[in-house]
Amino acid sequence: MKLTGAEILCESLTKLGVQHIFGYPGGAILPVYDALGKSKLHHVLVRHEQGATHMADGYARATGGVGVAMATSGPGATNMVTGIATAMLDSSPVVCITGQVSSKLLGSDAFQEIDITGITMPITKHNVVVSRAEDIARTVREAFVIANTGRPGPVLVDITKDAQQASCEFDWEASTPKLPQKRVRNNHNQVEFDRAIELLNTAKRPIILAGRGIMLSGAMRAFEQFVRTCDIPVAMTLLGIGCFPASDPMNLGMMGMHGEAWVNHAIQESDLLIAVGMRFDDRVTGDLRTYAKGARKIHIEIDRAEINKNVKVDAALIGDAREMLEKLMPHIVNPDRGPWLAHIKELKGDSAVRDIQSLPDNGHLYAAHVINDLWKETRGEAIVVTDVGQHQMWEAQYYHHNQPRTLITSGGLGTMGFALPAAIGAKFAKPDSEVWVVVGDGGFQMTMCELATIVQEKINIKIAIINNGYLGMVRQWQEFFYDKRYVATPLVAPDFAALANAFGIRGERITTRGDVLPTIRSARESKETVLIDFRVEQEDSVYPMVPAGASLHEMIRRPNNPLVETATEP
Amino acid sequence: MQTLVAYVENKPGVLNRVSSLARRLAINIDSLTVGPTDDPQIARMTIVAHTDEKGGHRLEASLEKLVDVLLAENISERSLLERDLALIKVLADQQSRPHLMELIKVFRARVVDVAPESLIIEVSGTVDKIDGLLEVLRPFGVLEMARSGRISMTRGGDLLRPLTASTAPAPTLVTR
Repeated sequence: MKLTGAEILCESLTKLGVQHIFGYPGGAILPVYDALGKSKLHHVLVRHEQGATHMADGYARATGGVGVAMATSGPGATNMVTGIATAMLDSSPVVCITGQVSSKLLGSDAFQEIDITGITMPITKHNVVVSRAEDIARTVREAFVIANTGRPGPVLVDITKDAQQASCEFDWEASTPKLPQKRVRNNHNQVEFDRAIELLNTAKRPIILAGRGIMLSGAMRAFEQFVRTCDIPVAMTLLGIGCFPASDPMNLGMMGMHGEAWVNHAIQESDLLIAVGMRFDDRVTGDLRTYAKGARKIHIEIDRAEINKNVKVDAALIGDAREMLEKLMPHIVNPDRGPWLAHIKELKGDSAVRDIQSLPDNGHLYAAHVINDLWKETRGEAIVVTDVGQHQMWEAQYYHHNQPRTLITSGGLGTMGFALPAAIGAKFAKPDSEVWVVVGDGGFQMTMCELATIVQEKINIKIAIINNGYLGMVRQWQEFFYDKRYVATPLVAPDFAALANAFGIRGERITTRGDVLPTIRSARESKETVLIDFRVEQEDSVYPMVPAGASLHEMIRRPNNPLVETATEP
Repeated sequence: MQTLVAYVENKPGVLNRVSSLARRLAINIDSLTVGPTDDPQIARMTIVAHTDEKGGHRLEASLEKLVDVLLAENISERSLLERDLALIKVLADQQSRPHLMELIKVFRARVVDVAPESLIIEVSGTVDKIDGLLEVLRPFGVLEMARSGRISMTRGGDLLRPLTASTAPAPTLVTR
């Protein structure tokens, strides 16, 4: 069967199980759009190509499958860069397809020509230019394999316009991936494995550090069994949240810069850390020189390049998390962790000061209240997509996730503007799930144009803007480390409710505690998207906080005297 | 200094990926040589990098993550053979020529071009040997020099071969 390159692309995507493509048309990708119109693929027209990549990313994170974004050459492709980098840093399987000028024009600075493979080389797992129709099917299939095997990541396929237009024989069977055959490394080093077993069986004060790798490996059940078998408490990374139920007594909560104080103290006091599918990010460790000094370390990790990168480990188990955990389990001798668990309970008791109960309940609105109420009202079952900043940390602290893939957030790159488009992607992935956007007034203004996408696609998500009139996290750093010199952090915003109305979306503005629950309830009952603008305390801070570069146990704690009340009167 | 060997797909852009990776890791490359292997689809690189053992490990592991890299191995601690090739154009008049010829003999180098005022000397060997020759040639007046950069190979049965259809693993393959 003879097809054009563009038709082959659409056929291939269909055969790969793609249903939705998030994209934006333009000259160099027009042949593909023409073919898209004749295919069964559903195209979601975004308002900015960054949104397309975040949507594909959100789609991938909600399902574990590959998300697909599409754009034209030049500015269309460069607008994707932030979204691609976001997916790269959080190991998210995204395939980006960009149009490129015709192959005979390559290198001539033709209209909308840019070297997008050159630009994205360090922020993709792999990228490739396709200039022959014959290569499209195989390349796209390879892109899907690369994106979602091993440690997942984004792949960009740049297709020249002449390759889209040319016709050739389409033979799916003949276009199976022909990826270079890698040497198989002897990862299951017996010495390391035996050492890990010995460490696990002799540790007195062990802690498991659980990362997103558990989710990517689909190791949730094995992980839970491992925790039970070893009887070791679990600390979560931000991206690990959800891979082990927050309600489980063995789950201590989030660690790191804004982690729970008792978790950070417990890590510093531990004698063994078992890191599973996490990479000892600086936001997790604090000062490396003082990080868990008395602890031996076991690192279960699929990516060899992560071993000994930040923290020198005593036993490195390179491979798939589930496989490794299942291999370790039979060797665990039932240990007595009683005294250690009792000690952690003591540490926890001391930290009640940050508890939501201690926030003054004087009718004023705190972000913590909003998120706590949202958690209670949705019984922790919603997919929550957050942006980056204070609200992101409050969400991680106060919304307790029991299911994997229900917290979607940009951790590694920390991309403001991620939440709204990523939530749209998540909704397409899980149309029957309740999807909430939790976003600051700063980040929302970065990608709020995607409200139009919501309306055009008639989808139903709920948007909670945690509006404090500041770029809150930066303001907090200015408060703590720059003598409250608030440079460029006070932020004027439009009337978000009115703005929503202008898009044809219901908008609400909430200023008092009492209105939170009823408004959330009414929003949940609506079959359409609702935006709620929560006007919260302006100068509230996220506690505890490990200042950048400080030791993990040197946390700034919430001051005993209640917050200065700065909320604007309604 | 760390020495790595990498087998890569012999196609455009791969060298860029490899060098870009070193740049991203803030590792300075001292020398990088690349040439085809017995399989024309596969090229072999020897990378000598200004970094410590930890950097060498990171470079090795990160290189092997690249789709186009079939095998990357840090061979710094292994028993290896290394060779560098240099062409050195040196001033040579009637007076200095005999003395130069003596030195060339000692270093087992050879003269590959003779002009009225200069010679081109070809020398191969370890980096130290070439540096040594260069040192003694300097007083004569070195006009130009081209060096190939190091190529390295592990000795004996310690084989480094990629797994491909055309190069089946050798029976004595050492997997590390």
